[in-house]
Amino acid sequence: MGVILDVTDLHIEFHDHGFPEVAVEDFDLMLEEGEIVGIVGESGSGKSMSALAIAGLLSRHSITKTGRIMFNGDDLLTCDRKTLRSYQGDEISMIFQEPMTSLNPVKRIGWQVEESLFIHHPEIDKKKRKEMAIEMLLAVGLNDAENIYHMYPHELSGGMRQRVMIAAAMIGNPKILIADEPTTALDVTVQAQIVELLKKINKERGTSIIFISHDLSLVNQLCERVIVMQKGNIVESGDTARVFGSPQDSYTKKLIAAIPKIDIGN
Amino acid sequence: MKYIIKKIISMIITLVVVSLCVFLAFSIIPGDPALKKLGTEASPELIAQTREQMGLNDPVIVRYFRWFGAFLQGDMGKSYNYSVPVAGMILNKIPITLTMAIMSFLLTIVVSIPMGIITAKHEGGILDRVVTVVNQVIMAVPPFFSGILITFIFGMIFKLFKPGGFISYSEDFAGFVGYLIFPSIAVALPKIAMTVKMLRGSVIDEAKKDYTRTAYSRGNNTNGVLYRHVLKNALIPVITFLGMLLADMIAGSIVIEQVFGIPGISRILLTSISNRDYPVVEAIIMGIAMIVIVTNLLVDIIYRIVDPRIGIEE
Repeated sequence: MGVILDVTDLHIEFHDHGFPEVAVEDFDLMLEEGEIVGIVGESGSGKSMSALAIAGLLSRHSITKTGRIMFNGDDLLTCDRKTLRSYQGDEISMIFQEPMTSLNPVKRIGWQVEESLFIHHPEIDKKKRKEMAIEMLLAVGLNDAENIYHMYPHELSGGMRQRVMIAAAMIGNPKILIADEPTTALDVTVQAQIVELLKKINKERGTSIIFISHDLSLVNQLCERVIVMQKGNIVESGDTARVFGSPQDSYTKKLIAAIPKIDIGN
Repeated sequence: MKYIIKKIISMIITLVVVSLCVFLAFSIIPGDPALKKLGTEASPELIAQTREQMGLNDPVIVRYFRWFGAFLQGDMGKSYNYSVPVAGMILNKIPITLTMAIMSFLLTIVVSIPMGIITAKHEGGILDRVVTVVNQVIMAVPPFFSGILITFIFGMIFKLFKPGGFISYSEDFAGFVGYLIFPSIAVALPKIAMTVKMLRGSVIDEAKKDYTRTAYSRGNNTNGVLYRHVLKNALIPVITFLGMLLADMIAGSIVIEQVFGIPGISRILLTSISNRDYPVVEAIIMGIAMIVIVTNLLVDIIYRIVDPRIGIEE
């Protein structure tokens, strides 16, 4: 297994209020092929910021980013936008915390699921695209795929919408899927289903997944490796079992102590 | 289907209410149609006799239903003043006013939609800032004044059109449309400014929504996000606004017709109001009301086509 993504010394600063505010300081991540890495931390710890930077979605003028995000021989922080866009949605996909608002309300589900194909693979014709979209909808557990293909987002529940988001993210068979708190807005049973789905995708397609969450028990269920962040810094990282079993950092200990019940060795 | 029936019923109710309001308004404001017709020199006997002939001595409600009954049968009555059928008086004027309103409307769409998109796309840029300032100025200037300015600048200095030289559509249609271009600009200018401002704001608001982030994550460039995702969402409120504008433009055209010497319905409407010539006023107002109602219906239908969420909620 080779390293597919190598992030070193990632540093993110905001300048929205006239003075620099550090969101992420010295973030490092080596993602192996087919691996699931969890990033945990409280709100404002910089975990989402790091993920957005990797996905190339932090591009406002008021943000400065330094460090390196190496993917496929390109540094995603410094490469031209065209190269970055050629990876987005095709090699690196992302799903978000808000399934209710992350889909375009006036476009049909099928159109949205197919969009990455439309952008990156214009050689695939309309009919084939539709076939692939329906197959993908079925693969994420939407059994009524034929009908859902023609529906609009408001006709679906939050859990279904998140499945649609996953289908749209996975249709180009990306190497990396970044999941930014994908289950936070969903209820507990749906959360478990989405986690199972991500596991299945990882196993069947070999997609590397960066799973961001503040829910340690979900991270424990899903991830082989975990990174713990606090105030923009990585405070601890390593095998999930090791980090959760014998945490070294005081912040990690506090986080683990704050969970009502954690099933280690699961 | 149920929706269409509901709409048609509410259209009819609206028309009845509008016509009744006009009738009541005329019975309240001072002024006697018989006196206006005969002139102040007429003898009181003659005025009384004319009033009786015109049926003005009946109670207002009787007069209303007499008029309304005839109207339903397609008879708009005779002008009090000129003793000719109203239909003949206004039918050849309506195309003039309507053409001008439609030209202003098309002009508004053609100019403001691209401009709204461009200013939103380059928010804070030089063009955006210039347009914002110019918009403020244009919105503050009433159409009759910009009409005078346009007449002065384009008619008298650059001689691009001949002020007062209206050409009838039955004579020369191209010349007719050509003459209406500048008046249409005068009507459209403040509407363009408003629509640009509204669309710009709408695009900027939509561009901040979560789904645009999703769109970028799929590899869309700025134009892809703007035209494939944001635009349709941003146009939804603008469609409603444009619907309201069309009605407003017909009213705006009436003022501008006076400035540019266009013999549309405005001249008849104004003289008929001052002459208390109810049948003519009623007919024109019913016509305008009908246009407004039909426009609203169209806007409603377009709205439902564009926004999939509307149909479901009812």
